[in-house]
Amino acid sequence: MISFLLNDKAVHIDASQADTTLLNYLREERKLSGTKEGCASGDCGACTVVVAHPNKQGSALEYRALNSCVTFLSAIQGKQLLTVEHLAEGETLHPVQAAMVDAHGSQCGFCTPGFVMSMFALYQKDNAPNREQINVALGGNLCRCTGYRPIIDAALNACTGAPSDKFSRNQHITLEQLAELDNSDSGLPALLMPKNRRELSVAIKENPDARLFAGSTDLALEVTQQLKSLPKLISLTEVDELQDIEETEDGLKIGAAVPFSKMETLLLKHFPALHELIERFASTPIRNQATLGGNVANASPIGDMPPALLALNAIIHVDNGSTKREINISEFFTGYRQTLLKQGEWIAGIYIPFLSEAAQVRAYKVSKRQEDDISAVCAVFNLTLDDNNIVQRLNTGFGGVAATPASDDALSNILVGKDWTLAETFEAGKNVLCQTFSPIDDVRASAEYRQTLLVNLFKRFWLQTNQHSQQIETRVHTYA
Amino acid sequence: MRKLIEQPFTSNPQGKVGKSHPHESAIRQVSGQARYVDDMPEPGNLQYAAVGTSPEASGIINHIDLTEVWASPGVIDVITVDDVPGHVDIAPVFDGDPIFAQGRVLFNGQAMFAVLADSTHHARQAALKAKIDITPTTACLSVSEAKQQDNFVRPPHFMHQGDFASAFAQSECNAQGHLSIGGQEHMYLEGQVSMAINDEEDRVLVYTSSQHPSEVQKLIAEVLGCKLNKVVVDMRRMGGGFGGKETQAAQWACIAALLAKRNQCAVKLRLPRMQDMIATGKRHPFENSYQVGFNQDGLITAAAIDINGNCGHSPDLSDAIVDRAMFHCDNGYYLENVNVAGHRCRTNQVSHTAYRGFGGPQGMIMAEVMMDAIARKVGKDPLTVRKLNLYGENERNLTPYGMTVEHNLLGDLIDRLETSSDYWARRETITQFNKTSPIVKKGLALTPVKFGISFTAKHLNQAGALLHVYTDGSMQINHGGTEMGQGLHTKIGQIVANEFGISLHDVEVTATRTDKVPNTSPTAASSGTDLNGKAAQNACIIVKQRLAEFYAEQIGDNALSADDVVFSDNRVTLAEHSIDFVQLVQDAYIGRVSLSSTGFYKTPKIHYDRSTGNGRPFFYFAYGASVSEVAVDTLTGEYKVERVDILHDVGRSLNPAIDIGQIEGGFIQGMGWLTTEDLKWDNTGRLISNNPATYKIPAIGDTPEVFNVDLYPRDNDEDSIYHSKAVGEPPFMLANSVWCAIKDAISSLTDYKVDPPLPAPATPEAVLKCITALENGLFSDKVS
Repeated sequence: MISFLLNDKAVHIDASQADTTLLNYLREERKLSGTKEGCASGDCGACTVVVAHPNKQGSALEYRALNSCVTFLSAIQGKQLLTVEHLAEGETLHPVQAAMVDAHGSQCGFCTPGFVMSMFALYQKDNAPNREQINVALGGNLCRCTGYRPIIDAALNACTGAPSDKFSRNQHITLEQLAELDNSDSGLPALLMPKNRRELSVAIKENPDARLFAGSTDLALEVTQQLKSLPKLISLTEVDELQDIEETEDGLKIGAAVPFSKMETLLLKHFPALHELIERFASTPIRNQATLGGNVANASPIGDMPPALLALNAIIHVDNGSTKREINISEFFTGYRQTLLKQGEWIAGIYIPFLSEAAQVRAYKVSKRQEDDISAVCAVFNLTLDDNNIVQRLNTGFGGVAATPASDDALSNILVGKDWTLAETFEAGKNVLCQTFSPIDDVRASAEYRQTLLVNLFKRFWLQTNQHSQQIETRVHTYA
Repeated sequence: MRKLIEQPFTSNPQGKVGKSHPHESAIRQVSGQARYVDDMPEPGNLQYAAVGTSPEASGIINHIDLTEVWASPGVIDVITVDDVPGHVDIAPVFDGDPIFAQGRVLFNGQAMFAVLADSTHHARQAALKAKIDITPTTACLSVSEAKQQDNFVRPPHFMHQGDFASAFAQSECNAQGHLSIGGQEHMYLEGQVSMAINDEEDRVLVYTSSQHPSEVQKLIAEVLGCKLNKVVVDMRRMGGGFGGKETQAAQWACIAALLAKRNQCAVKLRLPRMQDMIATGKRHPFENSYQVGFNQDGLITAAAIDINGNCGHSPDLSDAIVDRAMFHCDNGYYLENVNVAGHRCRTNQVSHTAYRGFGGPQGMIMAEVMMDAIARKVGKDPLTVRKLNLYGENERNLTPYGMTVEHNLLGDLIDRLETSSDYWARRETITQFNKTSPIVKKGLALTPVKFGISFTAKHLNQAGALLHVYTDGSMQINHGGTEMGQGLHTKIGQIVANEFGISLHDVEVTATRTDKVPNTSPTAASSGTDLNGKAAQNACIIVKQRLAEFYAEQIGDNALSADDVVFSDNRVTLAEHSIDFVQLVQDAYIGRVSLSSTGFYKTPKIHYDRSTGNGRPFFYFAYGASVSEVAVDTLTGEYKVERVDILHDVGRSLNPAIDIGQIEGGFIQGMGWLTTEDLKWDNTGRLISNNPATYKIPAIGDTPEVFNVDLYPRDNDEDSIYHSKAVGEPPFMLANSVWCAIKDAISSLTDYKVDPPLPAPATPEAVLKCITALENGLFSDKVS
């Protein structure tokens, strides 16, 4: 059974197809047509809904925006699902709705419910968001009519100040309602929700054809875009062991099923250089769902995190319920969307060792658009120099330039021992980098552009980390 | 006698034009209550359709094996072109758009058959199961191939003024160049959708997301082989149109109607996003070139502009679209000796179609390309060259198509913007910045817009309205225009409220329906308010006249004339006499006065002779100008638009908030066209930028940090509705300044000596390629 609150009413689902999306459930089964389908691929935000769940202490609700078009029903187990129809109180609009009206933030209105829901999540979260935080919160919502200015104004006007709405007033009631939901028997016959690694391994053994998923933001595309049927699914989101985040003395271990938005603060505390990469990882609603484990298991050559994990020498923790093993990420990807994972195995977590004080890390992503776009090239560099600016080590990770996310070991080999400040060191690296990869032409970029970017991003890194070049502005200030 | 409704207590203030009333649907939109076609309550007998398409760009159809489609779960019916009882061709103007492929396929993604099933998912799954046997033929995939093969969808058109050849020969300086201009996906957030309901007496009612309900009605009647009076099309609102639902909505409505009729049920057909992007037309890509002669000051003495639209496989609206590109390749600049040639190239792509600006942007950008090229050659700031070449107010004011530019505002408008945007000080700052910044370069550009308002097909410049006044004083106004977010219904409501002096709350603008106002024009060419506003006003004036005459009669004072009756603040006044509006309406009803009227309007003054390329195709011009500042990263080609200032002419604004919304939204959409929106087809003619993951329209972070938008304060000199001006399309082209600013930043690498050969869109890749070419000295031609 899957139990949740649909707005303020408890709902129990006993049976459903495994691959029913939340959007289709709302529109087709509940006839709640305020939530729109714009793309059915998590790229436009018209389908945005908000899910509320108790915080760790159970004392307050946390609100997260989701793209309902790429979400399966398991994601709302034990939670409150909020749709645009529920925000107003009778004739009185919610503050974010009223602000949108006052700012003339809707024209055709089709994207509007999605914007309202993303803005509602922001309203519940932040007391005084600035322009950049608004861009982050609303970066997954596309509007084709307004040019966004009035929407930004509406968010600035509505989301400043502590939440004061029926949701904050009724929070204790909602918490009680959620506590009353039956969490003991979660999942459906076709949509299994094991609660620990033992249950998970049993589920896999009993359903060898079932697909595993956590955020579903990629898997759901097989349903909505390729029209496949996924008759049996196993959700990883309830598996305790996959939800842990461990901060040890020498590194960070992130459970495979932890959504990005839950781990990014800690990740950035230790690896601030990843800020841009994380912020430009898809969109807020996707980051509320998507997981590091999924991003790695997917093994896409254009995934955002594998290049960073490569440069940071991450270790993949693999489990099958009885045996655990550790795989260095540099060995994990074996071919286009292929990994060392065997049948019955899953990624339990990803361990990232802390950096030495001397390490200098930069992560670059180049794409057509800043928000919610996939890399033409992603490049991450992790450099350690000694006191004389001699290269001690260099680890790299690249995306978009090969069939898998890849490092350039030849680059590291040639540079170790060289004086980083010398132009000839840059030239030596450049010559190697030119040879390492043979990127391809595709819809996002030509092979030629990718090849040029490899070199130019290396140049940017060299300039930014070169003591003599601190004055050179090497970046358009996108996050000014 | 039946009792009349009790008079309501009216306290709402009078609705007026010129006020920033919110969009009429704003509250419903923010609360999820605004209904689009897919949101309507479904009839009990509703079934769902999907379309199967061609996997080849060009070929002969040998056989379509539908066995597995029929066998797929839930399938009710499958139809091909052989099952069409009436017309097969649903082209809007010139033949060439079969509802389903007939005998051969003309583009990858062309509809070949349709499936009806018990759910959308079943229908779509079934549609994938056809076995299609096509013998491929050589596909024509580019403008250059089409020109080589003399492969055109329509004959070329030419415009001349003066004597280009001799003026060019005598010019002190000259420049020439070529520009590849990308097309654009409309990316309306609501995709194509129709729901057809089979009605008694062979009638069919169709709800559709269309900018042109009357054409949908006509085409459905033709496809079904029935009279137009059997078909009603209803259109309450679109989730965006932008031209993409002017002709492109009809096919899906026709298929839904066909299936509804065959199966005696209601049918909904909604395209999935990817199919919508593949199977419907886009903004035309163009390949244009120019030769320009000028003196050492930069004043143009001769220009020849060659315009080549990639029309796709059929004419659709391309004749008028390429014409409009030609009409705008002068933009705001006087071309004394000029040749303009326009070619309509046929390729095996989807038939490209209307998109905001309708070819105007692809023409206008050529004028700006010439200005930049001239400026670099003569070593002047591009703004100086632009101002030098502007049309004069009383001389130097004849367009290449023989229309006199009257009431030219550009000189003053640019002066004001130059000052308010602090153009010259910023130019100095940027020049200094670039000298000390080896990697990041900044650019600045001011570009004007002059855009002609009217359909160039003269007969479309007409509109109708239908006004009902009810006995409680409330009204319904219906008109031929469609609401796609642009605020048309809000403005029409304001016009009616303003005419009667009543509250906006008492005016209901109802869904566009072909059984209310017939034979309407598409809501396009920015003309929605100009045409329908005047028609609505006309209906108001007719009813007001009847009420006024009735009131004067009631007063019975021969010294008073009905012409002096005033409607304002919910009252009707004649000299010292005054009556509550609702009371007068009720008295008039009892007095057997008709409280309903149609209204009609046709645009005066316009004419164009295509055989001579001369005339006055436009009632008036709308003007504007923008200044954009960008920063470009020369390592990656990435850039950011840091500041934009806009001054735009909407005449006397009917609703400043809505007009500013059109300006800002048009600008950002234009910026997307010129920057990140990159249509890509593979070498077999398959669209590969076919979803929002691979086709990137601007997102919220692309809105410039500083975005100053002002309205130019001057009434339209022509007798338009309350002397306002059309606003839908003109601001789109304000985005030219972004593209020119990126070029300006790149040009700084050559100390502003070279005009960089930047194509459109200027994706980061295109920018970097241009930079690399300059650094390698590939375009180092200096002042000639």
